[in-house]
Amino acid sequence: MKTFTWLVKREFWEHRGGFLWAPVITGGIFLLLNLMAIIAAEVVGSRHGVRWGASSELQEVIRRMDAGDLSQVGTALDMAMYSSMALLTVVLGFVVFFYCLGAVYDERRDRSILFWKSLPLSDSATVLSKVASATLVAPIIATLVGLAAGILQLVMLAVALSFHGVDVWRLLLLSHPFRVAANLIGYIPLYLLWALPSVGWLLLCSAWARTKPFLWAVALPVATGLLVTWFGIMGLFNLSSGWFWQNIVLRALFSAFPGAGVAWNADRLTVSTDGGHASLDFMNLGQTYQMLGSANLWIGVLAGAGLIGAAIWFRRWRDDS
Amino acid sequence: MSAIVTARSLSKHYKNATALDGVNFTIESGRIVGLIGPNGAGKTTALKAILGLTSFEGELNVLGYDPRTQRDKLMEQVCFIADVAVLPRWIRVREAIDFVAHVHPRFDRAKCEGFLKRTKLTPDQRVRQMSKGMIVQLHLALVMAIDARLLVLDEPTLGLDILYRKQFYQSLLEDYFDENKTIIVTTHQVEEIEHILTDLMFIRDGKIVLDTDMDAVGERFAEVMVAADKAASARTLNPLDERQVFGKSIFLFDGADRATLEALGEIRRPSVSDLFVATMKGTYA
Repeated sequence: MKTFTWLVKREFWEHRGGFLWAPVITGGIFLLLNLMAIIAAEVVGSRHGVRWGASSELQEVIRRMDAGDLSQVGTALDMAMYSSMALLTVVLGFVVFFYCLGAVYDERRDRSILFWKSLPLSDSATVLSKVASATLVAPIIATLVGLAAGILQLVMLAVALSFHGVDVWRLLLLSHPFRVAANLIGYIPLYLLWALPSVGWLLLCSAWARTKPFLWAVALPVATGLLVTWFGIMGLFNLSSGWFWQNIVLRALFSAFPGAGVAWNADRLTVSTDGGHASLDFMNLGQTYQMLGSANLWIGVLAGAGLIGAAIWFRRWRDDS
Repeated sequence: MSAIVTARSLSKHYKNATALDGVNFTIESGRIVGLIGPNGAGKTTALKAILGLTSFEGELNVLGYDPRTQRDKLMEQVCFIADVAVLPRWIRVREAIDFVAHVHPRFDRAKCEGFLKRTKLTPDQRVRQMSKGMIVQLHLALVMAIDARLLVLDEPTLGLDILYRKQFYQSLLEDYFDENKTIIVTTHQVEEIEHILTDLMFIRDGKIVLDTDMDAVGERFAEVMVAADKAASARTLNPLDERQVFGKSIFLFDGADRATLEALGEIRRPSVSDLFVATMKGTYA
């Protein structure tokens, strides 16, 4: 276990740029954009003589809201917090994708694999440490950064509104930062399970390809998909070519993008209603964890485990450095 | 003395080449073995087989383990420097020490830091900022702090200047080697390691063509400087090699009678490089 921790630490040292700085910089840019939007709104507002808040109109509006309206405001604030995460998940998806693709290939290419192999580290522990880095370390850091950015964004918004006489704390108390945090952090194990086939496939290409792992990783499934489509092979199983594209090609390539699982299973999810108001809280763990009931998820986990096993085998026996 | 490495009919075939062709050898504990051969003779393949980095046919026992199936256990007692400059380029000196200290049960951190004090390396320096010689200094400091029973060095000083090369082998002898350790080394710079070797192995076309200890080399081989008038009689004794220097001929004999040779001229112990050149004659022809 101690060795495994250090293996993960080593991955973090090497990929600090992708795991830590990429989300931090993205979060910073997100906050900057928000700040610019607020400033722009203020400027445009004052230029057109909109003096909102001066006569406490806004405060009046809030006072007149009933409980239902207030919960809507809360939901909107929560959504604002999630929105900081949206940009980060795209970045995280790319980071994980290219991290997996290079994880074994890069050390073979610069031959530093010979140094790692001169130490008493098993190939399975090494490859599994890379899986853990991709599916736990990277998303945990991205989520924490996203939450920090989300909270800062709320504070920025609140400060801006306070200049217009709105009671900030009243407004902020309507949001549910802890629930948002729990929902996002709680989603990580689900992300791990859903991402496994992609992570496995990319690691396998990384451990196997002699050159150009990206080309192999993308071209192989796409070419297979095209062949399947042209020859209508899926017809033999009473399935459409679309099924193959969605469940094999796209699943292998894009499962590492967070939220892909939710999108995939969108038809399965029932949107819960909250006191008559359709809740926009789509990240509610009660909802996202409905995915655990899908066969697609578990078949993917099995396939991922197989692919990771193959990657371990190739790292052990590929003799080209 | 116990055998550290035992190979029985060790073979390795690549798609269209034979790298090792039924090789047999034994390496005892407490030796420094030079595995020497021309390019493509199978040196690296032999070392890779010993280190469990490649598949092979035949039997190979390293410290009681089969490198194919028990590599993870084997690597606790074996260490290697596969080539110069294979340390990951992003790693810092401090990180490298931290990492090895925590994953290797036989690593002595104080020893490693002691070795590094003698160099110009600083803890925050990254490998990518180092010269080739400095990378080797770091790698050697890491490896020498590991109490391994077998150390394998494959061209460890290739491309280094003479100062680094001398320092490399000197540290190895003074600070690392003892009777419980065994070192296998391959290099093309034979002259530089000649005096530190205890055993010599020549490999050519996947076969071991010479396997002897250095004391036996002096007994078995002799180099004789023969004046021109006696050259013809020297040739009748089946010399391995003949070359001309200042109008005299230098003959290299394998297992010839000492008394007969003394009659021909002055006898010297041949250098390993001369022996190597004579043995490998016609390799690239």
